[in-house]
Amino acid sequence: MTALTGLTLAGARDGLKRKAFTARELAQAYIAAMEAARPLKAFLKETPERALEAAKQSDARLAKGNGLPLDGVPVAVKDLFCTEGVETTAGSRILGGFKPPYESTVTSNLWRSGAVMLGKTNLDEFAMGSSNVTSAYGAVESPWRRRGDNRPLVPGGSSGGSAAAVAARAALAAIGTDTGGSIRQPASFCGIVGMKPTYGRCSRWGIVAFASSLDQAGPMTRDVRDAAIMLKAMAGHDARDSTSADLPVPDFEQSVGQSIKGLKIGIPREYRIDGMPKEIEALWRRGIAWVEDAGAKTVEISLPMTKYALATYYIIAPAEASANLARYDGVRFGLRVPGETLDEMYENTRAAGFGAEVKRRVLIGTYVLSAGYYDAYYLKAQQVRTLIARDFTAAFKSCDAILTPTAPSAAFAIGDKMDDPIAMYLNDVFTVPVNLAGLPGISVPAGLSADGLPLGLQVIGKAFDEATVIRVGSALEAAAKFDAQPAFLAGRA
Amino acid sequence: MALDKATVERIATLARIKVPASDRETLAGELSKILRWIEQLNEVDTKGVAPMTGVASMKLPMRDDKITDGGMRDKILANAPDRADGFFAVPKVVE
Repeated sequence: MTALTGLTLAGARDGLKRKAFTARELAQAYIAAMEAARPLKAFLKETPERALEAAKQSDARLAKGNGLPLDGVPVAVKDLFCTEGVETTAGSRILGGFKPPYESTVTSNLWRSGAVMLGKTNLDEFAMGSSNVTSAYGAVESPWRRRGDNRPLVPGGSSGGSAAAVAARAALAAIGTDTGGSIRQPASFCGIVGMKPTYGRCSRWGIVAFASSLDQAGPMTRDVRDAAIMLKAMAGHDARDSTSADLPVPDFEQSVGQSIKGLKIGIPREYRIDGMPKEIEALWRRGIAWVEDAGAKTVEISLPMTKYALATYYIIAPAEASANLARYDGVRFGLRVPGETLDEMYENTRAAGFGAEVKRRVLIGTYVLSAGYYDAYYLKAQQVRTLIARDFTAAFKSCDAILTPTAPSAAFAIGDKMDDPIAMYLNDVFTVPVNLAGLPGISVPAGLSADGLPLGLQVIGKAFDEATVIRVGSALEAAAKFDAQPAFLAGRA
Repeated sequence: MALDKATVERIATLARIKVPASDRETLAGELSKILRWIEQLNEVDTKGVAPMTGVASMKLPMRDDKITDGGMRDKILANAPDRADGFFAVPKVVE
């Protein structure tokens, strides 16, 4: 690992401003690291020429002393964000070769802030998964290994390529999307920070849609400060997304390191689930002690509908997905498999273009929306969703933020849990309720499992109160002093 | 509820995904297992609870009814698997 790839985003930003190194040198260090990281399959597409060209422009601005907030920062982009002229696949065969004629709002915002695109990262197909194993282009490997065990592990998902790239020091920061935990769970598995902002904080325009009422973009970074810096650049109102919030974007970096003295932190009783590993319980208890030592007060809260969140999610998300994925019909973009009739062409294209998990979800979604079943499944799920959101509203009357584990386990081996979709779904038990209620959440690396794998703690906040989430997250980070490094570091000399 | 092979065939047709007859049995089993699991929601009393369609507590924004975009036919057609004379081309629908 060169000295440059060891810096945080804030450190690199400050070094560039001081002219300790150039954006070109930083881009070159990361291009080399990205190449060294190829065995992880974290990137689907590398864009080194584009990175060097953008770095040149950053250097010109920095030399004149009018650098932009993210000038020269090499960022990896989940391959779910449309990038103009650069192949965007969503990890699916059905979008193979698709070159968007437009740029997503979130990536436009990053480039306008001076960030440099390194490449597009691998993901579960259409962001449907918690392991990255469902990517049509091969599973991402985590840079981490269990102590004394060389079996490849999953990086988590669906933003697993982004998480692996940041953890392996093959990108300074990355962006992901989170529909049920797809930023926070891989961040927890890979020992990095991942943040899902409030629904509406970042525009969804130009993000390949999975479940539109749940999808949100967010940053994946080395530390909480970096997440705050990235989020500020990504967020903002966009008239092209009708659910985008027309609210000012605070300077989130100011919340980093702010005292949490006097804050009330809710500890949800119902998150003590059956069969939760002892080390996850212990980690959570340490987290509670850390926020108390920092002057916050912890209060027990109740979120009684928690146990129904996953089932609710697995009706709503597939229902929305079945509608969103109707557009892949072999007519306007992507794969086409011929057929005798138009209908047969659709059926052949979708049979060949979608993987097994995507098909399962589209079929479930079609079923729960079909005549005669709509009320029993879809309407019922929407009603339970109301109750889940009400739980949080009630809980936030007695606390400012909520502390939970991010995931019920550390990373598992590639190939595990593959024969049982429901076992895979349980990965998201602590993150899914946050999406259903549209709230902001962050995962902060907080410790290691007995076999040496990262474990994260999650902080959940009130709608549009990312500032408090970042404040509590940074207090946890300061107490946890997580400095473990993965077995594989790209660009290590 | 357990799905049978005929129901799998029906929803596969609705979803326009070809499922070979040999796969219907396995798929019926997998989907039935997922449905039985999500039916735990029947335990929840939702009488009189309003369904939640989205989390944003905002009115849908309105804009002036003016053309603000367009004139990019070739850009839009560039990704099409087949095109002819400025149109998307598909197999013959009307004899």
